[in-house]
Amino acid sequence: MANSWRRERWDSFRLLTPNWQSRLPGLGYEGPDPDGYMTMGEVTEFIERFAVLSGAPVRTSTNVTSVRRTDGGYDVTTDHGEIGCRAVVIASGACNQPVVPKFSEAVPSSVRQLTPFGYREPGRLPDGGVLVVGASATGVQLAAELRRSGRPVILSVGEHVRLPRTYRGRDVLWWMDASGVWDQRYDEVDDLTRARRLPSPQLVGTPERATLDLNALTAMGVELVGRWAAVRDGRALFSGGLRNVFSLADLKMRRLLDGFDAWARTSGREAEVGPPESFEPTRVPESARLQLDLNSGEIRTIVWATGFRPDYGWLDVPVVDEKGRLRHDGGVVDSPGLYALGLPMLRRRRSTFINGIEDDARDVIGHLAQDLAVRS
Amino acid sequence: MTTVANGVNVQALLDAREVLKTAPEAAQFVWRASSKWQNGVHSTTTVKEFFGLGQEQTHKNEAVFDADHPDVFAAEDNGITPIEYLLVGLASCLTAGVASVAQNRGIQLRSVEATLEGKHDIRGILGADADVRNGFTDIKVTFNIDADASKQDIEALVAQSQKRSAVFDAITNPTDVTVEVA
Ligand SMILES: Cc1cc2nc3c(=O)[nH]c(=O)nc-3n(C[C@H](O)[C@H](O)[C@H](O)COP(=O)(O)OP(=O)(O)OC[C@H]3O[C@@H](n4cnc5c(N)ncnc54)[C@H](O)[C@@H]3O)c2cc1C
Repeated sequence: MANSWRRERWDSFRLLTPNWQSRLPGLGYEGPDPDGYMTMGEVTEFIERFAVLSGAPVRTSTNVTSVRRTDGGYDVTTDHGEIGCRAVVIASGACNQPVVPKFSEAVPSSVRQLTPFGYREPGRLPDGGVLVVGASATGVQLAAELRRSGRPVILSVGEHVRLPRTYRGRDVLWWMDASGVWDQRYDEVDDLTRARRLPSPQLVGTPERATLDLNALTAMGVELVGRWAAVRDGRALFSGGLRNVFSLADLKMRRLLDGFDAWARTSGREAEVGPPESFEPTRVPESARLQLDLNSGEIRTIVWATGFRPDYGWLDVPVVDEKGRLRHDGGVVDSPGLYALGLPMLRRRRSTFINGIEDDARDVIGHLAQDLAVRS
Repeated sequence: MTTVANGVNVQALLDAREVLKTAPEAAQFVWRASSKWQNGVHSTTTVKEFFGLGQEQTHKNEAVFDADHPDVFAAEDNGITPIEYLLVGLASCLTAGVASVAQNRGIQLRSVEATLEGKHDIRGILGADADVRNGFTDIKVTFNIDADASKQDIEALVAQSQKRSAVFDAITNPTDVTVEVA
């Protein structure tokens, strides 16, 4: 129960979504701080409470080792026996394995390499500098925490999603929710593949509700370098395209915030929010380095915050594409009786978050129930 | 959407994108050039054939490029310096990107001009200082664009054009290069 939160997150982890957005069907946040952000322990408790409330017959500590198509449904093999079923909902998560680029194999063995699954807290890392790779939610959070522990930190930055924690006095995710951005449907967006691959936003949930964009990291003394492209002769080579990833993120953020402003004007919500705000463009480092000698001892650890992927190794039904992603249409998998929940932008933008499951589950289970009724 | 006329057949490109998603073999192109030494540091390079969409292809016309070094390098200046060809490639690639993205976004362009400046410390190539690299120290591209769009939209055009640029990528990221003697 709540396995991914219990085992796959670092010690200081908090949700980046505010408490009031942590909703499961029939269970909302009822604590004293709706605008706060849950710690890992609180998330675990929240899910455990939901388990009791829903009374779903969960078989804990049971791994599914294979799912096979049969005449009338599916054969599910677990490490505690077989289950025959007419329908299966795949809710195994989108982030089962950290993704690490192939060139990590060329990193000298004197440098320790970690993924977010192996990272717990700064004190467990070897002394010395850290290179954090990836500037999405995980990367910016770990870079900040490592820098605060007093270490030299270099952050390698590719394409990213910049967001202020609050805009016009409200949580930026309040705007996403209220203005309808999070309700955008999967069959309405221009490029669904891209929308589903969108990196997580540069956000952190802290009691101070502080913004953790690249300017905040620069101010803390984190050194920014471009996207890590290759290792050659023991040197990390970084892209010289840093300025453009900054521009792309600055422009996209502004377009999003302009959309919020327009929504506030047309929907008569101006009174609920503060005056429009503008943000300084991402500051370009004086001279970003293009290389780093990995043998020099300058950095002792690399933390790969380069994303996650699902693991469908146990799914013996041909519904996974060449990139390892499940082929589905809004959670309806292309195999009768097979469904999916809990994937990024499954049916709407909010699907990526805990907040999305309620609507998604209703739609997907509606389809499933109808399918079973037709088949019986 | 109002129709804009930037002269880019975006529909063909979008169609190609869809087709190549399921036919990655056809997307494998090979660009070729062959060069011949003339005299001194003067050479000519010709470009005519390439491979793509599963077969040999030919440009309508063969193109010939002279490269040399200027007077100040004690050469005859029969053509531009090789490193200047990188600026030519970058300028034309980004400009093509701006036009394509504008077409796709329904933005009418009236003029697109770019000036490029590549800073170069030639102590590197002369072997005068081992700490100086051979290539550009940095490159600056300044676009001047007149179009039916806001400043923000124009900036987004230029950003997207860099994001999809072959030459921008080739210059900003390392490429594995093999040079051998036949
Ligand atoms: C680092 C990180 C930070 C996040 N932060 C937030 C946030 O702040 N706010 C937010 O709303 N969302 C956040 N998310 C997204 C959030 O995790 C998901 O929306 C949510 O966890 C989806 O729940 P789930 O149950 O579908 O998947 P998961 O939580 O991934 O759970 C899937 C479960 O299935 C199990 N499983 C997988 N394969 C098998 C198998 N073969 N047999 C048996 N069991 C299996 C896994 O062990 C796991 O317990 C974050 C995600 C990550 C990775």
